Amino acid sequence: MTPDHVSTKARLLPLLVLLTALAIWSLLTWLRVFPESVFPSPIAVAKGFGEEISSGRMYNDLVASLFRVTAGFALATVLGIPLGLWLGQGARARIALLPAINFFRSLSPLAWIPFAILWFGIGDKPAIFLIFMASFFPIVLATISAVASIPNVYFRVARDYGIKGFDMLTQVTLPAIAPQVITTLRVTAGLSWLVVVAAEMIAGRDGLGFAIWDARNGLRMDLLVVGMIVIGIIGVVIDRLLVQLMKIESIRWGYDR
Amino acid sequence: MSSTIFKLEKVTRSFAAVEVLNPLTLDIPRGEFVAVVGPSGCGKTTLLNLLSGFIEPSSGEITRSGRMRMVYQQDGLFPWLTVTENISLGLRHLKDERELESQLKELTALIKLEGFENHYPHQLSGGMRQRVEIARALAGDTDVLLLDEPFSALDYLTRLRMRRELARMLRERPRTVVLVTHDIEEAAQLADRVIVFSERPAQVRCEWRLYEPRPRDLTHPEVVKAVHQILFELGLEKDSQLETAEWIAG
Repeated sequence: MTPDHVSTKARLLPLLVLLTALAIWSLLTWLRVFPESVFPSPIAVAKGFGEEISSGRMYNDLVASLFRVTAGFALATVLGIPLGLWLGQGARARIALLPAINFFRSLSPLAWIPFAILWFGIGDKPAIFLIFMASFFPIVLATISAVASIPNVYFRVARDYGIKGFDMLTQVTLPAIAPQVITTLRVTAGLSWLVVVAAEMIAGRDGLGFAIWDARNGLRMDLLVVGMIVIGIIGVVIDRLLVQLMKIESIRWGYDR
Repeated sequence: MSSTIFKLEKVTRSFAAVEVLNPLTLDIPRGEFVAVVGPSGCGKTTLLNLLSGFIEPSSGEITRSGRMRMVYQQDGLFPWLTVTENISLGLRHLKDERELESQLKELTALIKLEGFENHYPHQLSGGMRQRVEIARALAGDTDVLLLDEPFSALDYLTRLRMRRELARMLRERPRTVVLVTHDIEEAAQLADRVIVFSERPAQVRCEWRLYEPRPRDLTHPEVVKAVHQILFELGLEKDSQLETAEWIAG
């Protein structure tokens, strides 16, 4: 079940897939199946990489995008979890607000782009707003359902042993919902990373999304591929980082059984 | 210190329109091990919840004395806490770090889980988990242990083993015990007094006393006799050859 049981040989398989893909890509460009202007070669992309790194632009774009995702995502988490806790416990408030939350959850965050620009202009703010809109509602909903599914016996045990008030929140409710909430954070972090690219394409002057758009406008297909590769890799890295949370000893129980 | 831990005077309890408990009068003296058996859904757990004060009677009166702890059927441990951390919930009143440390050591030894202190519940077997629950409930200076079908989620052999374990733990840390179970053998092996409930609304059908000290073998004549008599009373075994004089009026 765990990757520990996979043999060293099997671990090299992804590398084999990568090399095969590179080989096919090279072959396609070498055979000139598609014109160079719409299908850049691996060598052109590698050169583009060097260009982007040495000019410092890649670093700037990366920092800009990561800052926006972190800010929007953190804001959504800090506001979404308390709201979810409150709605999870208060039936009346939940009945009142759940339809509205479901409505906004179903609304693509990209639909907010025009308003984001009108209200916040160009730069960090509209992107942060869009990321917030993408992740806030799923986080609220997941927290509500996590709170609702805490077995009643935990609260009874807590009362038996004299846990009450604020301690009930920190010692029972929060640890009980942590595994489910972390799973959602992982999903919404991925979602945020998707949204930041779209947001920067339209409402940015820097960032990886803007880099893609800029490459397209300058007909630099090699740089476009560079942007795509970086976005994909960072997305995987973010996900791997959040997976580490799931390995914390006091949280793992939620996944192992 | 009063010598009676629970005193129930014509206690009834109904949920919505459903009457769960017929007027029940019951005394449980300090130190007694009482088992309540009966068909499922007959109101055994309701009785336990009334004793613990989790619910109040619809009519009648309950006097409770002593500090109580409840052991649940399963999953009463906090899965995000280790064995040691779960047990220390029962020692929250202790402020002295050294005292806490030595108590934890003693309790871990009592349930024979040395070496598992830092394990999480999901890493333990069902029997080990219930042992941790019992240790947590026995921690500190409590008087009463309320057991709500504590072994019903375990396999048969583990259940037999847990009965011996519980008897041994209670010898080291005596408590007044109320055990609710549908397992008649369990009741007969452990209790000083077995109370048999009828179908809902629950009524005491009969009581049976056992005098053999714990731990009792499953095949000890007194246990066999009690099991037979209880099953007969529930209409599950044929005629009893035993004299009815041993029955206490129910």
